[in-house]
Amino acid sequence: MRNRFADTFYELGKADPRLCVVVADISPAGSIAKFRQEFPDRFVNTGVAEQIMIGMAAGMAQRGLRPFAYTIATFTLYRPFEMVRDDLCYQNLPVTIVGIGGGLTYSTLGATHHAQEDVSIACSLPNMNVIAPCDPAEAEAATRWCARQELGPVYLRLGKAGEPVLTGEATTPWEFGRIRKLRQGADVCILSYGPIMKQAFEVARCFEAAGQAAAVVSVHTLKPLDREGLAQVLRDYPQVIVIEECAPNGGLSMQVKALAWETQARCKLVAFTLQDAFIHCYGSHDEILAEHGLSAGKICHRLGLGQ
Amino acid sequence: MVKPQALRNSFDAAAARRRCRHYRRRILDISQQVTALHVAPAFSCTEITDAIYHGLMRREQGVDHDVFLMSKGHGCMIQYVILEELGVLSREDLDRYCQPDGRLGAHPDYETPGVAASTGSLGHGLGIATGQAYAEKLKKTDVMIYCVLSDGEFQEGSTWEAMMMAANLKLDNLVAFMDYNDFGGLERMSDGHKAFYPLVEKAQAFGWEAVEVDGHDGEAIFNAVTSRKRATPLIVVCRTVKGKGVSYMENVPIWHYRSPNKDEYQQGLKELAAE
Repeated sequence: MRNRFADTFYELGKADPRLCVVVADISPAGSIAKFRQEFPDRFVNTGVAEQIMIGMAAGMAQRGLRPFAYTIATFTLYRPFEMVRDDLCYQNLPVTIVGIGGGLTYSTLGATHHAQEDVSIACSLPNMNVIAPCDPAEAEAATRWCARQELGPVYLRLGKAGEPVLTGEATTPWEFGRIRKLRQGADVCILSYGPIMKQAFEVARCFEAAGQAAAVVSVHTLKPLDREGLAQVLRDYPQVIVIEECAPNGGLSMQVKALAWETQARCKLVAFTLQDAFIHCYGSHDEILAEHGLSAGKICHRLGLGQ
Repeated sequence: MVKPQALRNSFDAAAARRRCRHYRRRILDISQQVTALHVAPAFSCTEITDAIYHGLMRREQGVDHDVFLMSKGHGCMIQYVILEELGVLSREDLDRYCQPDGRLGAHPDYETPGVAASTGSLGHGLGIATGQAYAEKLKKTDVMIYCVLSDGEFQEGSTWEAMMMAANLKLDNLVAFMDYNDFGGLERMSDGHKAFYPLVEKAQAFGWEAVEVDGHDGEAIFNAVTSRKRATPLIVVCRTVKGKGVSYMENVPIWHYRSPNKDEYQQGLKELAAE
């Protein structure tokens, strides 16, 4: 995802002189390094200083540029939170905040590097748009949209490098603010976003093994949420499952439950989120997700499916 | 395209004093409409803001060519009355200050005419100004960014992040003005925060050109900017008196936020007339 973002940004940046990158002491990967070489003035490194990264991005946007503020996800939102809120959201400026390693991607680095509530926090901010692609193809489509949009600030939550392609079977293209079906099935619908989509597909295969056809839907735009599309899912399916790599408070699960109540949905609805806890576990991304109960095996077990 | 009016090469100090007296009286007038108003913080940066608008900023066909950013958002009354005088804001706008049918609040809102950024929370303005100044460099314009900060804002770490970055980027199109009135909300900063000083040397150590002037002397402020070396950003440390111009307000913390009652209002007007 990170590399596809970089390749796409480089290509767009060559054509649009308004596009700039403001980073806070993160080594530019792949094509961003190439962008820096070719356009040194449009690449700013503020050093270990995230408040000025966001503040500068705001000022640059006010004067007609289209900056992307880019660093590790936790440091894009948590340290400079008030700058994100006041400078970007309150002034409603078209700045893209690129959070690398959303969720528990940096699985061995401890909770200081875990953006485990980033989506909840970003969704709570007025004017903020929140996008979490699930694979490199969605990352590319989202990056293209971010580079052209004039709506306001965006939190673009990326994983890292090497995610598998999961959207090859999608019947509709990526569209901002619209959910899309990545896998067909009529009995169960699994809603997910971000890198944990991989586990969502594994759970869908468990359903299949148990004789139930499971659809998988990418809710890549968390804000504005596609309420109509989700209400349709809640109407159409007897069982809906949410799997997300985010704290339980304020993420997709809570919003889907609220929507189910508002629309008097009759489906069975089960949500799987990160725990509301800092878990002191160091291992692979999959291993720490499993500690939170988010391995495909643990999810299937709780759903009463054999694996 | 009309070329922006050239930077003035002189500053009429007597006219500036007349303007500032008028601004302070106008702010006192507005203070009678509402129970609370940041009078004293506006009075401490009256001459600074006047010197920027009437000495330094260029305008073309009534539109600002340069940018003014009130980082100490609670000082916005002085900006509002100047914008009213310039015709950017209307008398009705100021009459409806802090009213539900108006558009002016106690802190500036971005996209209000003449307002370059939403401020109010301290320590945001210089970072935004740094981004604005850098954008103008990238666009290869000659636009200047003028940013007024309170001395208290220099206790925010974010301000020093901006100080470092603006100097790194050699933003000679950025001029910051520190309204050095020595008052925080709680106490005199020189009493409570001795390590805050010296100020000019600190700014210089961060790579800025820095000078200290009497912040109620518009001509001194103007000269400090027009005579700068122009290789780095410039900060003008302006020694000021909080509540300047009205004796009972000067250096008395309660006037950070209070509006004068009728008697106090009359006394204030009298003092400003006699000045």
